[in-house]
Amino acid sequence: MGKVFKFHKDVDTDQIIASQYLLFPTIDEMKVHTFESLNSEFASQVKPGDFVVADENFGCGSSREQAPSVLKALGVKAVIAKSFARIFYRNSINIGMPVIVSKELYDVVKDGDDMELDLLSGKILANGKEYSCTKLPAKMQEILDQGGLIASLNK
Amino acid sequence: MGYTLVEKIIAKKVGHEVKPGDIVTVPVDWCMIDDIMVPFAVQKFEEMGFDKVYDPEKVVLIYDHFLPATQTDDSRHFRVGDEFAEKYGLKHVHRTDGICHQLMTEAGYVKPGDIAFGTDSHTVTYGCVGAFSTGIGYTEMAGILGTGQLWIKVPETIKIEIDGTLPGNVTSKDIILRIIGDLTASGATYNSLEFTGSTVDAMSVASRMTISNMSVEAGAKCGLFAPDDKTCDYCKIPYDDEIKDLHGDDNASYAKILRYRAEDFVPVCACPSLVDNIKPVSELKGTKVDQVFLGSCTNGRLEDLRTAATILKGKHIAPYVKMIVTPASRKIYRAALADGTLEILSDAGAIITTPGCGLCCGRGGGILSDGEVVVATNNRNFLGRMGTSKVQIYLASPATAAATAIAGEITEA
Repeated sequence: MGKVFKFHKDVDTDQIIASQYLLFPTIDEMKVHTFESLNSEFASQVKPGDFVVADENFGCGSSREQAPSVLKALGVKAVIAKSFARIFYRNSINIGMPVIVSKELYDVVKDGDDMELDLLSGKILANGKEYSCTKLPAKMQEILDQGGLIASLNK
Repeated sequence: MGYTLVEKIIAKKVGHEVKPGDIVTVPVDWCMIDDIMVPFAVQKFEEMGFDKVYDPEKVVLIYDHFLPATQTDDSRHFRVGDEFAEKYGLKHVHRTDGICHQLMTEAGYVKPGDIAFGTDSHTVTYGCVGAFSTGIGYTEMAGILGTGQLWIKVPETIKIEIDGTLPGNVTSKDIILRIIGDLTASGATYNSLEFTGSTVDAMSVASRMTISNMSVEAGAKCGLFAPDDKTCDYCKIPYDDEIKDLHGDDNASYAKILRYRAEDFVPVCACPSLVDNIKPVSELKGTKVDQVFLGSCTNGRLEDLRTAATILKGKHIAPYVKMIVTPASRKIYRAALADGTLEILSDAGAIITTPGCGLCCGRGGGILSDGEVVVATNNRNFLGRMGTSKVQIYLASPATAAATAIAGEITEA
């Protein structure tokens, strides 16, 4: 069970982690600035197992892999959006963070709601109701199962 | 049934026919790594346990975002890059020559039909010469450095046909901004954009670069132009039958076709703080500006600087406006110096900076503060990109930028 943090459409990678923080040597030093321009409390409030739920085109903009990496480092269990920008989507899979497409979830949950996600069956439980979400393509599920691209290539 | 341009490029590389949705593993002709991502890519490469780079001739390191360094930690990125290049025998390192996306074609690397990946989303720029190129993260880049290949999904194609003659004050920047507005910031996600028509045929390679560069702002995976004689001149290769075959077939299957008349375009801006929030410049008249930025991999080329110089010649920018001009490469800087363009811009009151990314990524001189307004020729007006999150960024063409600098308010050229 985790809490929902909601974000609007077209959230870009500069909003997830601004470029002035990309020179920090580690993701742990960057992560406290996650979503700083949109919600300066996010990094201190989010707990491991929580979820980011967004409208269309989440993660558009730059190719910075630091964007999904800071979310993963903060313990975000998955990002569920109506759609994703393609580089963010690939990067997330490669670092082993689930990104799930759901056309309906954004419109039925609100900030702070409790929800659960079962990746294998593609089911979301929120506010006592069940919703289905898109399962990953086989190639991506395989990379994710192995813990990301590094683990996958090392196999 | 024929093929779209992206299908032809990929099919040639993998040696068999492909169709949209196919997942194929492609050989990689060029890897571009920029200074921001160098330490991360190197770290992942080492974690993956590779002991050599698949082909040191095919990897290009380019320092551009952090140049000249403005923070004490920036030079660490250069040091890590230099050590990596030395250790693995990399042949191509550009330490002060300009912006990565300008150099990848200008310095003679990417050619028509090539496949290239880079650690920056504007890697789509090389579509201007008919190459398939797109941005990836640093972990995937590390994987390519070791294996020389990457899996991709063959994209569907949206064809964009533009015919006719553009009005005098309209540039290719106005075209791509309008198209992004029509498609929206996610309207081309996962798709290839293919630009054709008599307007496109008449464009310089530099103007096409502006369009390819911003394809990603509509979510596109690549933004392609069929190579022609101008492309081959620019790339210094013969215009032979193999190159002539690199175009979308008339009977190819397109996800969508958008048709435009060149005469219908007007100068436009992308208004704060979304790339698809497009309005005609004429509707923004009276918006006071504090700063104008002319530069970036979108619009920092010689023709862009010359366009601005033609408008600024013998005039002076408004007293309260700071105008920053950042050529995209050393070669452009030197050409603009030699032909008097920089002198005109400087006489008009502009600040000329060293070649590189400059203000576009919010790193170089010219950072703005709450309530300030900037008209900029780069590709993104995201919240907080050029200073605080209360800075208003309007994206525009070099012509609009120059006219705006003189008037001190957003103005049509």
